[in-house]
Amino acid sequence: MKFRALALAAAISAVGLTSATVSTSAYAQAKEQFFPVLVYRTGAYAANGNPWANGYVDYLKLVNAKGGVNGVKISFEECEFGYATDRGVECYERLKGKGATVFQPLSTGVTFALTDKAPVDKIPLVTAGYGRSESQDGSVFAWNFPLLGTYWVGADVAIQHLAKQAGGLDKLKGKKIALVYHDSPFGKEPIPLLQERAKLHGFDLQLLPVAHPGVEQKATWLQIRQSRPDNVLLWGWGVMNSTALKEAQATGYAREKMIGIWWAGAEPDVKDVGAGAKGYNALALQHSAEPNSKVVKDMLELVHAKGQGTGAKEEVGSVLYMRGLISAMVAVEGVRKAQERYGKGKVMTGEQTRWGLENLNLDQKTLDGMGFAGVMRPVQTSCLDHMGASWVRIQTWDGSKWVPGNDWYQADEKLLRGMVLNASRKYAEEKKLTPRTPEQCKQ
Amino acid sequence: MGFFIETLIGGLMAGMLYSLVALGFVLIFKSSGVFNFAQGAMVLFAALAMARFSEWANRALGGDSLLLANIIAFFGAGLAMLVVAWAVERFVLRKLVNQEGATLLMVTLGITYVLEGIGQTVFGSEIYNIDVGMPKDPVIMFESIFEGGILINKEDFIAALIAALLVGLLTLFFQKTPVGRALRAVADDHQAAQSIGIPLNRIWVIVWLVAGIVALVAGIIWGSKLGVQFSLATVALRALPVVILGGLTSVPGAIVGGLIIGVGEKLSEVYIGPMVGGGIEIWFAYMLALVFLLFRPQGLFGEKIINRV
Repeated sequence: MKFRALALAAAISAVGLTSATVSTSAYAQAKEQFFPVLVYRTGAYAANGNPWANGYVDYLKLVNAKGGVNGVKISFEECEFGYATDRGVECYERLKGKGATVFQPLSTGVTFALTDKAPVDKIPLVTAGYGRSESQDGSVFAWNFPLLGTYWVGADVAIQHLAKQAGGLDKLKGKKIALVYHDSPFGKEPIPLLQERAKLHGFDLQLLPVAHPGVEQKATWLQIRQSRPDNVLLWGWGVMNSTALKEAQATGYAREKMIGIWWAGAEPDVKDVGAGAKGYNALALQHSAEPNSKVVKDMLELVHAKGQGTGAKEEVGSVLYMRGLISAMVAVEGVRKAQERYGKGKVMTGEQTRWGLENLNLDQKTLDGMGFAGVMRPVQTSCLDHMGASWVRIQTWDGSKWVPGNDWYQADEKLLRGMVLNASRKYAEEKKLTPRTPEQCKQ
Repeated sequence: MGFFIETLIGGLMAGMLYSLVALGFVLIFKSSGVFNFAQGAMVLFAALAMARFSEWANRALGGDSLLLANIIAFFGAGLAMLVVAWAVERFVLRKLVNQEGATLLMVTLGITYVLEGIGQTVFGSEIYNIDVGMPKDPVIMFESIFEGGILINKEDFIAALIAALLVGLLTLFFQKTPVGRALRAVADDHQAAQSIGIPLNRIWVIVWLVAGIVALVAGIIWGSKLGVQFSLATVALRALPVVILGGLTSVPGAIVGGLIIGVGEKLSEVYIGPMVGGGIEIWFAYMLALVFLLFRPQGLFGEKIINRV
């Protein structure tokens, strides 16, 4: 009985203590810009979700350590959703009322689910390197910002790279390219572009879906062994990536012939495979691992050295940590840009931040000044282009670290624009939306 | 023909690995009448313990002897599974003697979440490596007979042998030892077993420990293949159709069921998958199990229960 009473008291104290901690550290205060942070620190995708979340949160802390956004401090609150779409939407519903500046769900499934909600709630959705590819068209998708690149960009660059290796796009004729993809909205996203490219250049596209979470791929790789494609594109996330590399090794498929999307090109994807993944290529969404960058040095000095780092110090500068950090940076810069119009030193609403994100202009000088020299190239958005940049590099795993290549690629603007406009116009028709005119865009 | 044989062999070996997890289900059900939904979480917990203990032991030994570190880690992880077994009996099962099967099933669902949470809190949620020296490269055989030869995955082959050995040992344990017979008696009727002097509490600790050791072996093999991370808990879902098909009370059933499911899902993915867009192997395994149930509701080797009224 005594034990029960003690346990009950301990539980009540623990709950009380937790609530107190959350209320002082995280909830939005007056004059604070509130950033909801959707994370998955547990579950099947935690190994990849953790470094992204740590980079994201650390950057918000770094901004505060440097005095905030023109004096406006940032507050944030994490919501764990385990990469489950329903729980992601639940987090959105819970946090939107707290004065959310932007949402960044790090899930294409959640992005699809929130695309119809964001315009109603007037909160921008920033999906840096994921989400709906057609949402680049801001005249239809006014609240979506697939900044830095979409999956159509990724797929296009992968084909360009293979063409370059083969000696030209015409040399792709008759080749066989397999897409091993996560059987989800994320994995299916590149298919339209690849089909378009296959039609244009005459290569054979083999589609091989892998069911969530991707731990069973034996049949997939036996099919690859049988059909012997010239190249394999890997569109995976989490454990699916390392499993694919292990199965490639187990079936003798050359890792050098594989290219992964930028979500299949981080340390958790290859660390466990080690030398078995040597030669494997992956797209780099501009940055790779950047341990020597100025922003990382600032982070270590101003956040981690003061005991305020979110994760392990060793993780700072790794690929997914940088992705999270950059995702936070573009959102913060959206707020900063909005302040230029709506008042410096003021807290911005979601609607005002949307304007900032739509008029973002991060030139190289600005980026270098912020510590992103060698990490990022310029980003400039507009009403018609909510992506702002489509720079991609290829990085290769050398058995112990990612080595970024020197060539920079950009998606074929002509091909991409046509596809984006077709898809966004179709969406507008379905939803009975009228695309914004250039005049409306200026407002 | 060569490709068909290759797929068949791949399926058989995958099936043996499913059997390894299914064995955990069978052991606990056979011995205590509890359908242990937490078996997948036990695999994850055991693998996490093994991976982290091995890493820590290797560091403490100066990185000189991975073998010694692995041996220490194996016993450490075994001890952790003993603690889990004791805690399950002491804090959960002891209060639930003679409760409905559905109540016990729900309790194991709770244990699943507790083990997953504690496992990740104590050992971390990154991807960890278990290096027990399993070969990763394939061997190609019969190249002169079949174009491209037949690919055999050495790692899967060794894993299948280990699974077969474990099954043999467990069958002997159940059939030939007094403890094994006591376990079977408890499974038949808790109260009757108690009335003839079988110590229920101790028996339950033993059976959960044996299931924990099976989970540890499965965790080492699966962890070596996939890396130790949260998704290991989901391998239990792959073993569910195996126990449905093989029967919940039969060790040989777990093996035969595993082989049928393994072969069925690989062949279906390769030959039917492309016609329907692929990605069918997971639900196809369940469909296959359900088709078998139409003809044998108790599973292939399950005991036919006749209730006289």
